[in-house]
Amino acid sequence: MSLLDPVWTSLLYLAAAVFFILALRGLSSPRTARRGNLIGAFGALLAVVTVFLSARLENIPWIIGAIAVGTAVAAPVARRVKMTQMPQLVALFNGVGGGAAALVALLELSHNADPWVRLAIVFTLLVGAVSFAGSGVTFAKLQELMTTRPVVFPGLPVVMAVVLLAAVGTAVAVVLTGSLPLAVLLMVLGLAAGALLVLPVGGADVPIVISLLNAFTGLAVAASGVVLGNVLLVVAGTLVGASGTILTRAMAAAMGRSVAGILFGAFKGGSTAGSTAVSERPVRSSSAEDVAVLLGYAQRVIIVPGYGLAVAQGQHTAAELAQALEDRGIDVDFAIHPVAGRMPGHMNVLLAEANVPYESLKEMGEINSEFRTADVALVVGANDVVNPAAKTSSGSPIYGMPILEVSDARQVIFLKRSMRPGFAGIENELLYEPQTSLLFGDAKDSLAKVLGAVKAL
Amino acid sequence: MDGMSLLTVTVLAVFVGFEVVSKVSSTLHTPLMSGANAIHGIILVGAIIVAGQAADPWILAVALLAVVLATANLVGGFVVTDRMLHMFHARKEPVRTGAAAGEDGK
Repeated sequence: MSLLDPVWTSLLYLAAAVFFILALRGLSSPRTARRGNLIGAFGALLAVVTVFLSARLENIPWIIGAIAVGTAVAAPVARRVKMTQMPQLVALFNGVGGGAAALVALLELSHNADPWVRLAIVFTLLVGAVSFAGSGVTFAKLQELMTTRPVVFPGLPVVMAVVLLAAVGTAVAVVLTGSLPLAVLLMVLGLAAGALLVLPVGGADVPIVISLLNAFTGLAVAASGVVLGNVLLVVAGTLVGASGTILTRAMAAAMGRSVAGILFGAFKGGSTAGSTAVSERPVRSSSAEDVAVLLGYAQRVIIVPGYGLAVAQGQHTAAELAQALEDRGIDVDFAIHPVAGRMPGHMNVLLAEANVPYESLKEMGEINSEFRTADVALVVGANDVVNPAAKTSSGSPIYGMPILEVSDARQVIFLKRSMRPGFAGIENELLYEPQTSLLFGDAKDSLAKVLGAVKAL
Repeated sequence: MDGMSLLTVTVLAVFVGFEVVSKVSSTLHTPLMSGANAIHGIILVGAIIVAGQAADPWILAVALLAVVLATANLVGGFVVTDRMLHMFHARKEPVRTGAAAGEDGK
């Protein structure tokens, strides 16, 4: 079909691009976020309708069938996935997008002899494949199909260097010759590079890598737009590439990490591996009943949920405990560190899903001055985000990271799995303070025990 | 479109991309990433064009695979983002109705 002339086609693509910009703009503010996402979806629909009406297309029934298959697979999964598993789903969707971009570039190779276009093709092939394989590995890590610890082996940097050099060499050869088998080889090298890039990254840093790979896919899509001469793909891909880069840096900054440090830390000897050294210093270990008494007779309790709570999927139990305390007339708030959970902002989603009232969720800037008035700060599965070393010890890897000031509370209770330090691999002085007591165990089990004990008071 | 215009558009898009997300609160980092992830699913347009020009069955097969993958990215991305944001939104509603009910009680 060719119902639309080129001018209308360009105008409709321009409109779609504007919708995408408005979508990103809307997603940046809580009030307009949902509308922003719908605007983006509308822009995408507009663009897809436009391509059907403007380009001379064969195989339309096949294409519509393929779209139906993709929708039938993705929509139910997206609708039903548990919110705790949402990060890996985002990784998966990102990966298939990168894969699609690489395949589009591969098929366009035979139509293009211009060296600049071929350069865009090899870029799309390589970056799309890196994103596909990298996202696949992050998916496997988050889904716990494989170990979440950094995977490092001797000679990894050498293997990575060889793969990258081979990729560059193959890319040059593809630009010069336009050979299809070499292009396939380049894709395979990209897949290897993507896997090698993500394997050494530790579980807690994986979300930052997802964001980075998201930016990569955006760039691959932009390059494929250059290949096809399609301005919408160029604009949309570049928008995602640019905003994804900023977002990656913002996430890393909120965690007190550098993006380069995360990617190359493990290559250099594993800073993300974390220390497993356990100190011999005495701590005050406590029982669920003791914790229940401290909580049950407090006036103000602030709960600090962290990564451990998300991993143990204890958010519903945490919400029940907060409710039980509220029923006793205790003022309960949740203090949300920007990077609590498996992704920045993830904890808000998890607690909202567990029906914790929106106004009980306090952001760090808002709650930090209130720890002074709290009787008990209950830290569930968090460590680095409350570690005073971020303020006091300038040599510490997390120095400079903003933290929640739980040490201002009269009593601090840590629910922890073990004495092992958090992923930054540094000890938390707060654990040894006189006002601190610890309850060891899985976050969800401990919360359930404390909840039972509070109800029995 | 000639190379120079494409370059112009690209550079401007980079600055727009930087600008629109520069002041986002960390609460929204995850939905924003997910929304941006959905937007690059627009590679579907490219996959449709390639599939629509395919004459060889093998090329068509690969292009259709690209269409399926791109659709999954696009549709799944927007749906999961909407679900995430629905939870933020849903929190405010019951509370407001609760407060209204309280006033009715007086």
